[in-house]
This record gives sequence, C-alpha cells and structure tokens, in this order.
Amino acid sequence: MNKIMVIAEHRLGELTAATFEVIAAAVELKQTKGFSVNVAVLASNPAEFSAKLNIAGVDEIIEVLIQENQFQTDTYEAVINSLLDEYAPSVVLTSNSIDAWSCMPIIAAKRQCGFATDVFALNYDGDDLIATRAAYGEKMHVDLEFPDKETVLITLRGNTYKPIEQEASVPVSSFSAPSVNARTTHKRFIEPETTSDVDIAQAELLLSIGRGIENEDNIEQFEELADTMGFTLGCSRPIADNGWLPKSRQVGQSGKIVVACNTYLAFGISGSVQHMAGMKHVPNIIAVNTDAEASIFIIAKYGVVADMFEIADELINHFE
Amino acid sequence: MKILVPVKQVGIIDEDYEIRDDGKNVDVDFLDYEINEWDNYSWELALNLQETYGEAVEIVPLTVGPDEAEDVLLNCLAKGGERGIRVWDDALVDSDSMAIAQVIAKVAEHENADYVLTGTLSSDHSFAATGMCVAGLLNWAHAAVVSKVDITPDAQQITVNRELEAGIEEEITVESPAVLSIQLGINEPRYASLRGIKQAKAKPVEVMSHKDFGLTDAEVGEMGSLSKVRKMYAPEHSQAELIEGTVAEQAKRIAEIVKELKGDT
Ligand SMILES: Cc1cc2nc3c(=O)[nH]c(=O)nc-3n(C[C@H](O)[C@H](O)[C@H](O)COP(=O)(O)OP(=O)(O)OC[C@H]3O[C@@H](n4cnc5c(N)ncnc54)[C@H](O)[C@@H]3O)c2cc1C
Repeated sequence: MNKIMVIAEHRLGELTAATFEVIAAAVELKQTKGFSVNVAVLASNPAEFSAKLNIAGVDEIIEVLIQENQFQTDTYEAVINSLLDEYAPSVVLTSNSIDAWSCMPIIAAKRQCGFATDVFALNYDGDDLIATRAAYGEKMHVDLEFPDKETVLITLRGNTYKPIEQEASVPVSSFSAPSVNARTTHKRFIEPETTSDVDIAQAELLLSIGRGIENEDNIEQFEELADTMGFTLGCSRPIADNGWLPKSRQVGQSGKIVVACNTYLAFGISGSVQHMAGMKHVPNIIAVNTDAEASIFIIAKYGVVADMFEIADELINHFE
Repeated sequence: MKILVPVKQVGIIDEDYEIRDDGKNVDVDFLDYEINEWDNYSWELALNLQETYGEAVEIVPLTVGPDEAEDVLLNCLAKGGERGIRVWDDALVDSDSMAIAQVIAKVAEHENADYVLTGTLSSDHSFAATGMCVAGLLNWAHAAVVSKVDITPDAQQITVNRELEAGIEEEITVESPAVLSIQLGINEPRYASLRGIKQAKAKPVEVMSHKDFGLTDAEVGEMGSLSKVRKMYAPEHSQAELIEGTVAEQAKRIAEIVKELKGDT
C-alpha cells in the first residue's frame, strides 16, 4: 500500500502544534487515495511523544531512538533517509518549520525527490499529486506537480489544517537509527529576553505598523495615534529589526502570536506569510495600504486603500 | 578563507501584470527587479569578515541570472570585493531552488570556497531551500536561518545562532566547510557609495555557463527541478469590505467601526 509519512516535530519537550495539523493533512490525503499514514517520531525517549500521537486516522507510529532529544540536522537527515529506504512512502509531510527548512532540502537534493515548501493545499489529479503554494509575496498562487518522482517531500504551511480531536489506539513500532556523523553541535537555546514592556499577546486592541512607516521619525505619530485610540502599538519585523520599536512588539512567526487580539489595525504592512502567522486568526482586521493588491487585504475584514499618514492625520481627530 | 555569496535578482509584481502564455509564470515584462532583501545581509556579513580579517578573507559574489542580473553583482561590488561571477544559459530558465543549487555547488567547488553564505529565502518564490540544496549537493555541514555568526579564518568550526520560531534561538557549532543561510536583521546592510558604484564598473565579472562546470541541460532548468509548475494564477479576491471615499470619509468610517468593536459608541 502507498504510504504517507509524517515526521513529528518537537522542541523543548513538546510536540509542536503544527505537527497535529500535518497529521490532519495526511489523514485527509489518505481518505482520497486509501493510503496509510505512518508517523515517525525521533527522540531520546520517543515513547513520551508517541503516547500523544494516538490520533484517529494514523495507521502506525514509528519510534526512532536518537541520542539527543533536540533537533540535529544530520541526524534527522540520516534517519529520514533510512525511513525512505525502508518504507518507500509516496509523500513525506512535515510542517514548514525552521527545522524542516534545514533538513528537508538536503534529503531532496541527495535523493532527487519531488520537493516543495510552504504548501497550503494538497490534491490528487488522477495519480498526480498537486501541491499549491504562493509566490511573489502571496500575490500569486502556483500549482506544482512532480512528474516521475516516486517520493515527494512537502513542508506544510501552518494554520491550514485543523487538528483531529478524535483519539485512537495506534500500533507502535520501532525503527533503529543509522549511525550518523553529526557536524553541528547544540550548545544552548536562547529564549527571548524578558522585558517590562507590555505583552502584545495579551492585548485585545492592536495597531501595528509596517515598513510603510518609512523612517524612524514617523513612529511617534503612530505611538500617539495608538495611545489616543486606546490601542497597543505592534509592528512587523523590519520595524523591530531596525530597532525602531522593541522586538517584544513584533507580531509574527518569529515574534508573537497575538492570541488575545480582537481588533487589529494594520498600517503599511504587506501581509507576508510570516507576519500573518501571528495575526491571521484575529476576527476584526482593518488594513490600510496604498497597494490595492497587498495580500493583507485577503485576510482583512475591512480594507482601506489609502496613504497611512493621511488616514492617521484624520483618524486621530475622532478619538481626541 | 574564501567565502562565496550567491545573490539573486528577484522579480516584484507591479500593479498590473499578465501571466505568461504558457500560464506558468508572470510575464517578465510586468516585473520590476531588485536584489533579494536577504542577500543584502549575507553580503554585508561577508564584507564585515573581510574588513575584520583583511587579506586572509576573499569574498566573491555570484549570481545565476541573465544579463540584467549583473546589476545585483555591481550592487555588491560597489560595497566591496574584487570580482564577481555570473552564470547563465537559456537552459537555466524555469530552474527551481534545486536546479540553481546545482550551479552554485559547482561554482563553490571550482572556487575552492570554504563557506557559502546564501539568503534564507528569496522573496519571489520563497522556497527557502537554495542554500540547503547546495549543502546537500556538496555534502557540507549547514545551518538554515542563521541570525548570528562567529567565524575566524582557518577555524575548524564556527559558532552560529539558528533563529527558530517565536523568538527562540539555538546556539550551535558548525564544522567547516559549511553552507549558512542568513536571516534578516543579522547586521545593518550598508548602502553603496557613489564612488563605490563607479569603482564597481571596473571590477571583473566572469560570465560562465552551467556547461563550463560539466552540468548537462537535464540537470538544470525545469528538467533539473524537483517540481514543475502546472499553472500560476491570482488567488481568489479578498473578502474584505472596501472602505471607499475621501480620506476624511475613510477615516470616519474606520473610527465608527473601531468604536463599535470597542463597544463605546
Ligand atoms: C524565518 C522568517 C521569520 C520571519 N518572521 C517574521 C515575523 O515574525 N513578523 C514579520 O512581520 N515578519 C517576519 N518575517 C519577514 C517577512 O518575510 C517580511 O519581510 C515582513 O513581514 C515584511 O514586513 P512589512 O509588511 O512591514 O514590509 P513590506 O513587505 O515591505 O510591506 C510594506 C507595505 O507598506 C505599504 N506602504 C508603503 N507606503 C505606504 C503608505 N504611505 N501608506 C500605506 N501603505 C504603505 C506597501 O504597499 C507594502 O504593502 C520573517 C521572515 C522569515 C524568513
């Protein structure tokens, strides 16, 4: 039987939330083709994680014992490579994580597998797997195919598939890791600095500014606007990278997910996938952007095609 | 120590665009071009190392792209470095990360490079894979999404930070030679000076084809790619309710919506 293999991912002792979305994607794909879903977990104590992978639709959990619990790229590459030799899956799925960005291209390059990252839809057209992803800053969608590839490696975009709640008792097997020449060595994890700054993740009302702000001198106007409106000021990554606002204000994949937010005002933010990872879920998004095609409008509830400075000048009068 | 820095000219969609006749990409006539944002950071890192260690470090920018792409090399050379390399052939059109990586890996071997510093991703197709595909082909040690680097010439290993999700970083050591993909914010890229831009025009750029490195047409372009574009299309239009009118009207409407949501109308 054809197989879909999922590589479960974990960090600091927890399976990542995205792993459960990837399993949901695998189970959905399985239903269209009648494949099996085999979930591999690599860890120093894999049983600790496999207990949490008893999810309806999974056919097998494969425990792979490795020495170090944290991700090490050569180890993941060698183990996944052996799993591919042994199981010959048609599709291998991981989340579109930084760890996957490190190891999956290596396996794809060495084995010449079909390969695509940041995929948000998977479908079969007959026997051809079609993976859909974005290009040109989310302005285009692309359907990819993988002719003549026996195995296709896919990393899946987050927040696309809903985790499966239903549990099941899934058979567990173990697979022995090949020997590995690890060329990188873990030293330590560095957590973001704790600050006395407000926690944007707890704010209900957020006003975020992006690169449309142009220069540091313009920040003040929006600080004042946010204050006057009773909003907390957030930002996209370039603003934090430039040091114009503290890193703790950054919304997105490498910043904060604004879980408590109800209303999000986005000024001069294009809507990159990494920014959206932090705020896409917000029910009321109001976006102001001069570019009518900006991808932020795809997820916004209200779109305003206008200059952010002109809007800000007017808007403040309604709150003073 | 030699550092090879692959840089890319990326296409950016202008307001109006048309899809190519074969439906697989945007018509090049409708794209604006600029250097990939991430590559400013990888080149800056190379410049910094060269400035710190002087002649012990040689830095070479490389681009895989047509004539027009030479602009990105000039942009790099205007900031530093003595020579550049550009590889192109019509067979390279429609190459994905893997097919481009085939070329970069060959150049790295040919140049006896110790490090290849790529950008984490390029803003046009955003695969975030080219650098690591190069590492796979060369079988070198590697780290993706690097946010801090400590390299000394001739060191057997270097220390880098990998930027992970949610602001967490991981400090690791990496054996040399290595491929690193460099993340935004690792440094502050400089701007080219007018003098630098003038000087860059006098610096040699070697133009080569993939065939000069023994690569066949089947290893590059669409044939050498790990995926094939079936079609490209505009996503479904936004569900957003457009707030129209004069700026004053738009602002007034935003204020109404916000007040309603805050419950203090
Ligand atoms: C691994 C990784 C992690 C990342 N993590 C994050 C993250 O956590 N958060 C994050 O934000 N990014 C993150 N990024 C970066 C991300 O890819 C984008 O580069 C970034 O989000 C772009 O920010 P922006 O929208 O402000 O800028 P741009 O994309 O440059 O957009 C600026 C927008 O402003 C508009 N504009 C310009 N002038 C005006 C004006 N006067 N009025 C109105 N609109 C105007 C433009 O039309 C444009 O749409 C990450 C990238 C990677 C690879």
